[in-house]
Amino acid sequence: MTTTIQVNGRHHAVAAEPETPLLYILRNDLKLKGARFGCGLGQCGACTVLVDGKPVQSCDFPLSAAAGKAVTTVEGLAADGKLHPLQQAFIAEQAAQCGYCVTGIIMAAKALLDANPRPSDAEIRTALKGNLCRCGTHQRILRAVRRAADVMARDS
Amino acid sequence: MSENPATTPRKLPGSLNANRRLDRWLRINRDGTVTVFPGKVEIGQGILTALAQIVAEELDVALERIRIEPTDTTYSPDEGMTSGSQSITDGGAALRYASAEARDLLLQRAVGRLGVSLEQLSVADGLVKARSGGSVAYWDLATDDLLAREATAEIAPKSPSLHTVIGTPAPRRDIPAKVTGVPIYVHDLELPGMLHGRIARPPSYQARLVSLDEAEVRALPGVVAVVRDGGFLGVVAEREEQAIRALTRVKRLARWEETTALPESDPRFLLEETTEDEVISEKQDAAAAARMASSLESEYSKPYIAHAALGPSCAVARCDSGRYTVWTHSQGVYPLRRDMAEVLGVEKEQVVLIHMDGAGCYGHNGADDVALDAALLARAVPGRPVRVQWMREDEFQWEPYGPAMVVKLKAGLDATGGVVNWTEDIWSNSHSTRPSGLGGVNLLAAWHLEKPFKPSPPRNPPLPGGGSHRNAIPIYEFPNQRVTNRLVKRMPVRVSALRALGATANIFAIESFMDELAAAAGADPVEFRLRHLKDPRARAVIDTAAAKAGWRKGEKGDGARGRGIGFARYKNGACYLAVIVEVEVDREVAVRRAWAAIDAGLVINPDGLANQTEGGIIQATSWALKEAVQYDRSRILTSNWDDYPILGFEEVPRVEVTILNQPEQPPLGAGEGQQGPTAAAIANAIYNAMGVRLRDMPFTRERVLAALA
Repeated sequence: MTTTIQVNGRHHAVAAEPETPLLYILRNDLKLKGARFGCGLGQCGACTVLVDGKPVQSCDFPLSAAAGKAVTTVEGLAADGKLHPLQQAFIAEQAAQCGYCVTGIIMAAKALLDANPRPSDAEIRTALKGNLCRCGTHQRILRAVRRAADVMARDS
Repeated sequence: MSENPATTPRKLPGSLNANRRLDRWLRINRDGTVTVFPGKVEIGQGILTALAQIVAEELDVALERIRIEPTDTTYSPDEGMTSGSQSITDGGAALRYASAEARDLLLQRAVGRLGVSLEQLSVADGLVKARSGGSVAYWDLATDDLLAREATAEIAPKSPSLHTVIGTPAPRRDIPAKVTGVPIYVHDLELPGMLHGRIARPPSYQARLVSLDEAEVRALPGVVAVVRDGGFLGVVAEREEQAIRALTRVKRLARWEETTALPESDPRFLLEETTEDEVISEKQDAAAAARMASSLESEYSKPYIAHAALGPSCAVARCDSGRYTVWTHSQGVYPLRRDMAEVLGVEKEQVVLIHMDGAGCYGHNGADDVALDAALLARAVPGRPVRVQWMREDEFQWEPYGPAMVVKLKAGLDATGGVVNWTEDIWSNSHSTRPSGLGGVNLLAAWHLEKPFKPSPPRNPPLPGGGSHRNAIPIYEFPNQRVTNRLVKRMPVRVSALRALGATANIFAIESFMDELAAAAGADPVEFRLRHLKDPRARAVIDTAAAKAGWRKGEKGDGARGRGIGFARYKNGACYLAVIVEVEVDREVAVRRAWAAIDAGLVINPDGLANQTEGGIIQATSWALKEAVQYDRSRILTSNWDDYPILGFEEVPRVEVTILNQPEQPPLGAGEGQQGPTAAAIANAIYNAMGVRLRDMPFTRERVLAALA
């Protein structure tokens, strides 16, 4: 069965069962490896992508539900050859150890900043509560999101 | 047998000793780059960035010129395991000396080329200049034979006063790829014709497969192979979701006979086990013992703790005419190759292991096991690569946990509040069941095959580093002391190396008990520690942490908030670390802040050290507050993040790290020194806040309530 989905602004016809989790379509059919398998249960956030601007855990989100909607992955964040302010901020703050959780966290943070460009520190923490980090890089990640929010607020 | 000094090779620094040729470590390229071949691997600790800094420093080239080849058993130096906070002291030392020697060889060639003496030459970013004019670049001097020789280690590395790259924060090389989603993990590897595999593990450790309708599984869409060998069951499919669906079906169809007998969930079951006892430290001073005015006894425990990597273990394998190529995030590709070759029944040269990044592992998790899983499935589909990723429940139920431990302590105080004797007994399994080459095979699938392999005997790494007894010997100066390591050989629950090994429980116990003794002596816990410590570097980290935290002598909590300290010198020979934490207890314990001071000798990458230290403190906070593997008498019950909560973004403390750099001292391993001190500091802060002492990790709401009752 073929389903058409729009990912990072491009349309793709995908031949897979409609209940296939979006994560495997992104990683294996579209070769977008930024969303990562962490639990397959929607518990850890490593697979977070945006669907119509809302963060979803793509390991637990069927392909059929993505049809006709706009999917954004971490690969779709850079524009005009420039990294997204969140990505720049994560590099500036050296906000990764193993880095496995980071792309999902960046996507969750993007959803936050799109909806709430001037979040409080507590609001940033709350927005990321569905994302786990095992290395203990939280403090740098929180600083990176703060930095990106400040940069984006200044430039807007 | 006496050693003949004429034929015994001189001992060389770090891993250079076992890998003596310079070109195993380095290549100077004609295109203006330098290739480094490390045997230590990136596990999220930033080691490759630090190693690149060392090479750039000693060679006098810009950091941007350094290329790093993945660790690969076809060409990389054999550095054993990347573990025990030894990568800078082993691999870093090797590269430091190899680079210094390579620079010297290049300068000797420049002498010939420029016709001047060595003293006339200086180097800036690979360009050798003569004082009298004239220059030549490394890239024009280097030929393939330049480093085709044994290292001598006779060229001294630079004096620290000349360092410009070492000791300066360097951005991690891998972070840009990791924040943009560029494929970098083994999980992301995509090979032509690649298939997807999953393993259907037994429901419990010793379960035996009774029956399975394989035909029904084979008929499922996309299924290419069902591999059944004894109790080892795997499926291979064209698409990943098809492999997962087949796995679900196998799990429903397979019938197992279960006989597993797991111990009681309280770590005190260890006290009933047969032990191999060794007195590892004994000191006697009868006069001091006679001064004893009061005594104290306490017992501490730590449960089984999971590594719980965020990304379940993964490997890709291909089998071509009996030759295996395996991409893996193993911490030790050479030891793994040996065990895999034995199981696959081939010479070890027939197995090529190539390292790629994985999710942070913090020790021995499923990384090695899944490499064998992938190879066993690949054998069933020759010529086609098979990618196997464990499911979340596989990782939680089958990884080897950090062992449960019990520590009993007894001490005597004299009338002035000095510790005059100290008796300590620790109960634990071994903390290392990695592939080891000591006979047997330490890979999960190998134990489930029709013709099973026996596990290798567990190793308890010897002191001074130690395994279960790591940091069991107090670093404080006590006149009478007896420390007994009671090693429990039976391992009813699968265990192995978890960050810091036995040091977590031992330091948690020692540092908690020091606080109990300080309270009994009516002393301030910071001052009480200093009273028993002479080493100036130990004292300095405690003083610094106390100053940064604004510690007030004798400070008391207010019934809800409180602060406590923990200190250790990791392995009694690596980094010194003191940490003060502030907790807020409202049934649930919350750690709000932490102030740490660390002395890791010469620091290569200060930001990397800070990152590791912050991470260690936050991870240890999670261990101390929340973590324990759940099991009943037959099965492991922990299978997902709901069963095994870890510290989240709403709960993490603010961590402030102060680095006491010691450029004239050797670098000291620093990746694991945070775990024990942090757990102890939290227990001490809870006591400071509320006057109750928690001696069993984790410090859950139930334990707090029980202690208050």
